Amino acid sequence: MSLDDAYFDYPWRRHGYDHERYDWSMLADRPAINWPEGKRLAVWVNLSLEFYPLNQRGEPFPVPNGMKMPYPDLRHFTLRDYGNRVGVYRCLKAFDRHDVRPTVAINSQLARDTPYLIQRLVERDTELLCHGWNMDHLHYGGQDPEQERELVKRSLDTLNQLAGRPVRGWLSPARNQSWHTPDLLAEHGVDYCADWVNDDMPYRFRTGHGPLTMMPLSTEIEDQFVIGQNLHSEDAWVEQVKDAADFLIEEARQQGGRMLGLSLHPWMIGQPHRIACLEAVLADLMGRPEVWQATAGEILDVFNAQSKA
Amino acid sequence: MKESLGVYDYWPYEDRPRLEWPNGARVAFWVAPNIEFYELDPPANPHRKAWPQPSPAVPGYSIRDYGNRVGHRRQMALLDKYGIRGSVSLSVALCEHHPEIIDMCRERDWELFSHGIYNTRYTYGMSEAQERAMIRDAMESIHRHTGQKCAGYLAPALSHSERTLDLFAEVGSELFGDEGGFYTCDLFHDDQPTPVSVRNGKRFISVPYSLEMNDTIVYAVNKVEPRHYATMLKRHFDRLYEEGAESGTVMCIPTHNYQVSCPHRIKALEEALEYITGHDDVWVTTGREIAEHYLAHHYDTALADIEKRKGGAR
Repeated sequence: MSLDDAYFDYPWRRHGYDHERYDWSMLADRPAINWPEGKRLAVWVNLSLEFYPLNQRGEPFPVPNGMKMPYPDLRHFTLRDYGNRVGVYRCLKAFDRHDVRPTVAINSQLARDTPYLIQRLVERDTELLCHGWNMDHLHYGGQDPEQERELVKRSLDTLNQLAGRPVRGWLSPARNQSWHTPDLLAEHGVDYCADWVNDDMPYRFRTGHGPLTMMPLSTEIEDQFVIGQNLHSEDAWVEQVKDAADFLIEEARQQGGRMLGLSLHPWMIGQPHRIACLEAVLADLMGRPEVWQATAGEILDVFNAQSKA
Repeated sequence: MKESLGVYDYWPYEDRPRLEWPNGARVAFWVAPNIEFYELDPPANPHRKAWPQPSPAVPGYSIRDYGNRVGHRRQMALLDKYGIRGSVSLSVALCEHHPEIIDMCRERDWELFSHGIYNTRYTYGMSEAQERAMIRDAMESIHRHTGQKCAGYLAPALSHSERTLDLFAEVGSELFGDEGGFYTCDLFHDDQPTPVSVRNGKRFISVPYSLEMNDTIVYAVNKVEPRHYATMLKRHFDRLYEEGAESGTVMCIPTHNYQVSCPHRIKALEEALEYITGHDDVWVTTGREIAEHYLAHHYDTALADIEKRKGGAR
């Protein structure tokens, strides 16, 4: 018994990557980026508003945090829905209290079906990212390209219309992509994508329809990863965010601006027993003189002005 | 399939011949950064899936790429600060993909040992000839790119066959005689090096590389909080340092840049390194140097003691 000989072919064993999407470079070697007013750390806070369908198809896999029980899974459906009814308003209040201007990544179907919510966000002049159609409409390898094109177009058209202006950012449901997703995003006018978590600064992505910038939104420090998947306490999450900020600020002194993308979910951090921990994090970050709290689009604009396209 | 591994004999930890490290050190301490390359679109192996999602598996690939783009330099700066030379468990395709990292390791006289070609190509299902060719490719690549005669092995993604250790020892002998292919990191049965029997009868040993202290096991499997990892590392060291007064012990911290070098975790590693290297009787060394010292001074004594105690306690 043996494996097919093709298992020992290494067609991409060469300098750089095993794909053409972006160039290889180490963060420490890149020219320094300077944030406004000599700040060291750009803090981008993103809240994801998600609709998890009750009749989840799970194509090609069940989305993390989605339905887990036999149909109808009232438990997970309503726990997630809690975020969009209750948690989100608690989070917005916390942001206001600490003068934080978040971005909001929203499933377009949710935006369409909850006019009050999207109007509140637009009226607050919130920078929106399109978070795909819903959490059960994944983008994935092997997906029919025309089906995905329709999905991207529908998601962006719907949200652009509701927002009254073109949305610049994209976050894929479950951060999953097909081989074509970046091309489709650029083709439909998206400036930045937050799916790839391989950097602590923005970097250029290559697509068949011009440039796209990747704005890494860290998974490892996000609320649902630390608290929900790793089962660490809320206090431990606060400590980890503070430790991350300490380290990135120090690195920025040596090497130039750094970015901390803080990803939040209202069904997780918007619970009554957790919200104080979010406030503790926001108070800590906003109290640091080295921090520039900005939206992804604002960070991208500064990055663009100082780096090659 | 065998019921038992059968490559080493039972050898009780108590009352072994005294193991002496250079300069009377109690603990031989080494750090093994895994510098890995995972493929975005690996070929399918019938025995193990590389990624949970259909390719491209953006979440898994991109965080591992973070290790190379961002994390590597952070860990390297820490090891420089505490005077530690890394013993790199290397996906050898990284010599082609990211030679800049290899150059930095060479400049620091770090050891590079084989961790297969890619961490998304598994040993499962390989014929003996295929596995031998893969092992040879890896050892030759390290030699071509660095001039080093690869001494150690940690199978790619810890995927093994029954012949893995035999083949590694044999290819090492073919390429480098006794100067290559003489230790494995794949066995977790002891806190001291132990002899391991291989098919060609070579003097071959296991060097302790700890899964318990491995950051990926700690963070991704056991879900440990970063600051508690520092506590675990210090406790682990304290006990081995205490026991090392009687007979030398080995402590390894196996790391991955996509785990330890995340900004919310790197402080834990720094705290542990500062603590451990702050002790007087620690030999800060590499996997190869531990293996060479053991083979030169303790291997024969160990074999004799194992033989003597096979029959029982009396």
